[in-house]
Amino acid sequence: MKLSLPARLAFVAFTVLTLAFLYLPLLVVARLSFNPQASVAWPGWTGWTTEWWTKAWQTDAPREALLNSCKVAFVAMLLAMFLGTLAAMAMARFSFFGKNTVSFLLVLPIALPGIVTGIALQNTFSREFDLGLFSFKVGFGFHSLVIAHATFCVVVAYNNVVARLRRSSPNLLEASADLGAHGSQTFRYITFPLMRSALVAGGILAFALSFDEIVVTTFTAGSGFQTLPVWIYSNFSRPNNVPLVNVMATFVMIVSIPLAWLAQRLTDGGDG
Amino acid sequence: MGECLDRTPLLTEVDLTDGRAGEPSRLVRGVNRSFHGKRGLGVASTLGLPLTWMLFVYVGSLLLLVVSAFYQLDPITQKPSDELTWDNLIAAFNVFDPDVRDTIWVLVRTVGVALTVTVLCFLIALPVSFFIAKVAPKWIRRGLVVALLLPLWAGYLVKGYAWRAMVAPSGGKFAADGKGAGGFLDATFGWTPGYGRVAIVITLVYFWLPYMVLPIYAGLDRMPPSLVDAAGDLGARPFRTFKDVIFPLLKPAIAAGSIFTFSLTLGDYIVPQMVNNGKEKFMFGTLINSTLGAPNQPLAAAYTLWPLLIVVLYLIAMKRMGAFENL
Repeated sequence: MKLSLPARLAFVAFTVLTLAFLYLPLLVVARLSFNPQASVAWPGWTGWTTEWWTKAWQTDAPREALLNSCKVAFVAMLLAMFLGTLAAMAMARFSFFGKNTVSFLLVLPIALPGIVTGIALQNTFSREFDLGLFSFKVGFGFHSLVIAHATFCVVVAYNNVVARLRRSSPNLLEASADLGAHGSQTFRYITFPLMRSALVAGGILAFALSFDEIVVTTFTAGSGFQTLPVWIYSNFSRPNNVPLVNVMATFVMIVSIPLAWLAQRLTDGGDG
Repeated sequence: MGECLDRTPLLTEVDLTDGRAGEPSRLVRGVNRSFHGKRGLGVASTLGLPLTWMLFVYVGSLLLLVVSAFYQLDPITQKPSDELTWDNLIAAFNVFDPDVRDTIWVLVRTVGVALTVTVLCFLIALPVSFFIAKVAPKWIRRGLVVALLLPLWAGYLVKGYAWRAMVAPSGGKFAADGKGAGGFLDATFGWTPGYGRVAIVITLVYFWLPYMVLPIYAGLDRMPPSLVDAAGDLGARPFRTFKDVIFPLLKPAIAAGSIFTFSLTLGDYIVPQMVNNGKEKFMFGTLINSTLGAPNQPLAAAYTLWPLLIVVLYLIAMKRMGAFENL
């Protein structure tokens, strides 16, 4: 669209300002993690130390929390990829009764406020279910977090795969069948390669989503199990731990932003 | 959510032996045959597991939550008992009770914040998305979109914490070693909103902005440039073009973005905790959380029915506007 030069400049300025708004806080935290003073007060650009990074690495609690986060995110990612892909294949290939409701249902866990999902799952996990022959209780810990995280991560994997499948031409499947391929061959040589990179991207995003999540996590982790966000959450207001929180927050950014970028590349360029 | 791109990936690495794909084993052939032409079996085998998971874990939990809002709190043990009662629902929904009216007031305020955040996100996202989709040179578009979306993944808590550091007022209890210096905004611009309501809104806008940018950008990207040009040729000024051509076409995309900005704000209780001043129960989420910790699980469950109800109604309204095709 053709715009006058002042209008164009105004747009550029506004976009640059928005980008600054988005990235400045992240840079501030990264800078603070090298701040010699134990405070969130802005130190300017002079005075640097790596002391807190060393200390964070030597402190057990945040390191264990980090490891826990990775474990939960990895298992939740695998579950989400599996369930999300199946759902995507059903939604992209078939039309059936209640399809709209199913799409509504898949979006629900990320569209509903986290506190609702969190309290609902907490309530379920703390209950004793009596099935007559035996009774069971889900309880809290690693497994309850995996179940909770997988539930809201399914939609991310699903979205990525279903978008790819919807865009790819149905002619390919027909051509494959015309050339005599069995259903399983069409899946192996056509459908799967088509969706592979979208699936990997969905998996990465699911990992990042689980790795970051705090609201549902606080309700479903129980008291004995700490993920990194939970650790940050319980320490951010303790003046003594401010430097370590700065370091761990920066660390989360260093892990998740490149992952998200990689996922973007994968959804963009196919297998490239 | 979802991907926005226009290239279809290349088929690669199809390992062919003598130009033919390998024959499946007899067992696999048998499975293929039994699935052939049977749509119901296809749907059941693909949708079965994910649907079962979602129904049992998620919908089941939501239903149990509704049920648990009817449980009576045992006065001695302070634990929910099996006795059913309407008291919790009355305590959450009876607008004629003055005590409940305070709760409703928090709810109204929270919906107000959610709407404010949605409108602010829209006002920022629209010009930025428009610039990227229609004005910026093609080679830079993809990079700009990714740059706008990446902070989404920086970590919810990290971003909340970042704003805590940004808006920290001078002389606060987190100021440096008693020197009384403020956070980045105060130190750089000499102005900060401090902890409180303004900081809450800024932080929430910061959080959910990418959710608004993505669908609006995708909507603008899909819009043929000829439409805008035609409006211009017919003598419409830019504002008129926007009002009568661009905006009506963008409505579903805006609705899609607003689902996230609205509903995620509605349930938030962590941001208020990180950038709020004192213990004020500013957001409804804070109220629910403190009721839960009181501990009064049944009453907290009854309170969550409010956001649940509001968001489901909002989702249905947005679905009518075609938002779901734009998620």
